[in-house]
Amino acid sequence: MFASDIAILLPEIILSVFAMAGLIAAVYTSKDGMAPALVWITAALLALMGIYIGLTGEGTQVAFDGMFINDGFARFAKVVILLSAAAILLIGKDFMQRDDLLRFEYPVLIVLATVGMMVMVSSGNLMTLYMGLELQSLSLYVVAAMRRDSVRSTEAGLKYFVLGALSSGILLYGASLTYGFAGTADFAGIVAALEGGASLGLIFGLAFMVAGLAFKVSAAPFHMWTPDVYEGSPTPVTAFFATAPKMAAMALLARLAHDAFGSVVGDWQQIVALLAVLSMFLGAIAAIGQTDIKRLMAYSSISHMGFALMGLAAGTEQGVSAMLIYMAIYVTMNVGTFAFILSMQKDGRHITNISSLNAFSTKEPIKAMALLVLMFSLAGVPPMVGFFGKYAVLLAAVDAGLNLVAILGVVASVIGAFYYLRIVYFMYFGEEREGIDGKMSPLAYAGLMAAAAIMLLGVFNLFGVDGLAEAAAATLVR
Amino acid sequence: MSIALEHYLTVAAALFVIGIFGIFLNRKNVIVILMSIELMLLAVNINLVAFSAYLGDLTGQIFTLFVLTVAAAEAAIGLAILVCFFRNRGTIAVEDVNVMKG
Repeated sequence: MFASDIAILLPEIILSVFAMAGLIAAVYTSKDGMAPALVWITAALLALMGIYIGLTGEGTQVAFDGMFINDGFARFAKVVILLSAAAILLIGKDFMQRDDLLRFEYPVLIVLATVGMMVMVSSGNLMTLYMGLELQSLSLYVVAAMRRDSVRSTEAGLKYFVLGALSSGILLYGASLTYGFAGTADFAGIVAALEGGASLGLIFGLAFMVAGLAFKVSAAPFHMWTPDVYEGSPTPVTAFFATAPKMAAMALLARLAHDAFGSVVGDWQQIVALLAVLSMFLGAIAAIGQTDIKRLMAYSSISHMGFALMGLAAGTEQGVSAMLIYMAIYVTMNVGTFAFILSMQKDGRHITNISSLNAFSTKEPIKAMALLVLMFSLAGVPPMVGFFGKYAVLLAAVDAGLNLVAILGVVASVIGAFYYLRIVYFMYFGEEREGIDGKMSPLAYAGLMAAAAIMLLGVFNLFGVDGLAEAAAATLVR
Repeated sequence: MSIALEHYLTVAAALFVIGIFGIFLNRKNVIVILMSIELMLLAVNINLVAFSAYLGDLTGQIFTLFVLTVAAAEAAIGLAILVCFFRNRGTIAVEDVNVMKG
């Protein structure tokens, strides 16, 4: 019994042990001198675990009396999380080295955050949920303040910490109410207690927990930390924030909504739909006036979370599968875009001003073309893969009868297209000025080109992601 | 008059609201925010222990132990980040956490 539980948790255990071993090894040897090698090993291990989880595991396995669930849904989310974390580590490596930021704690903290995310998406109990969430959050607070000698980075860490702790507190209060009124902390038990309608206490618990998780996915009106934290953190860390944790928090929200509150879909559907509409519009409108590309990506991610939430708001299996497709595409696009942002520099200094992209296409036509593809994809322009993500969530919303939400989503998408196209406009028609150098490290270049290629080649069959997402959603929604 | 579940829940709700207001209305010092966060987590602990006793179920008390542990780790990390911030900025007044406008 115990041995089989351990076997189910094997990837998480391996990664945790690796994190501790890496920490000890680096402390007792060359400290930060070991960091570049540690980044390579960590990225390789994360990718390996992602492939291992993707290829093994069948059906739904439950460990520790239902506390930890390893089903198709969790495996899909874990593969996205692990592969994106590995990719972000690699594309950010040269940036961290150049800025003298590559300390050995960085890969270790990323691994710990990743383990937290894996526990989150597999949680089958309020306690597992909370512990996974905190392991992820506490690691992320520290990496946000990684640049210890910078006011901006430490301020980003401080703001992230205060608002993250507030959201954890709200989530936890909701968890305590849910536990008390359901009489159990197991998701399976909560669903059983909800048969025949939810009591007022459980509705309160649900609302608090959704609000707490909305903070973590940075859905409006709980988004206020996002732009500051994205701007202030070192750019590789921003890239990490924009990818894996978003996937994890969104998957956790889906698991909570369907596994624990699956019998009262109508009660959370309205909350999630409202969050979705607010996020889509706020993200689309507030991004228009931004001049800093990291802040712009922050608002872009708020808007994208709105679309993913729209899939979830459908409350159906189709909705969950649309959400998974959307998130997988979103993460890929962001890896590519941040690979480009990481290499925006002039005279060895990192700059993030959008106007520095002026006339970039005349200098570097291939990179400009790759970024153009990614921007079109982020905007959801039809030939690119990004369009299919938007199409999937809109279709799910319409099929679930949320016509108004879907129409508002299309409007927000049109508004949002403006600022992505503005970047393209600057690159191709902007006035020639002192722009960025356009040099890229080989790893970042590979990341940018791979993401752009996926956005183009994926139009044929989305690389089968839609089929995998459907199978994953089928294991969650019963 | 005996103390029933509702009394505990009321106290916890009051503490929780005080914690939230402490974060939003406080204009002075970041340390006060850390204290408010602790207050919120303690309110949750009262809730959990009260429910645990009421239900005759140990889960709530185990949960409380986890929350206490995490709260300690959270305070340590928060203070560490605050020390770094203070070294750069020379102040921890809430109104001075404003290099970036959000």
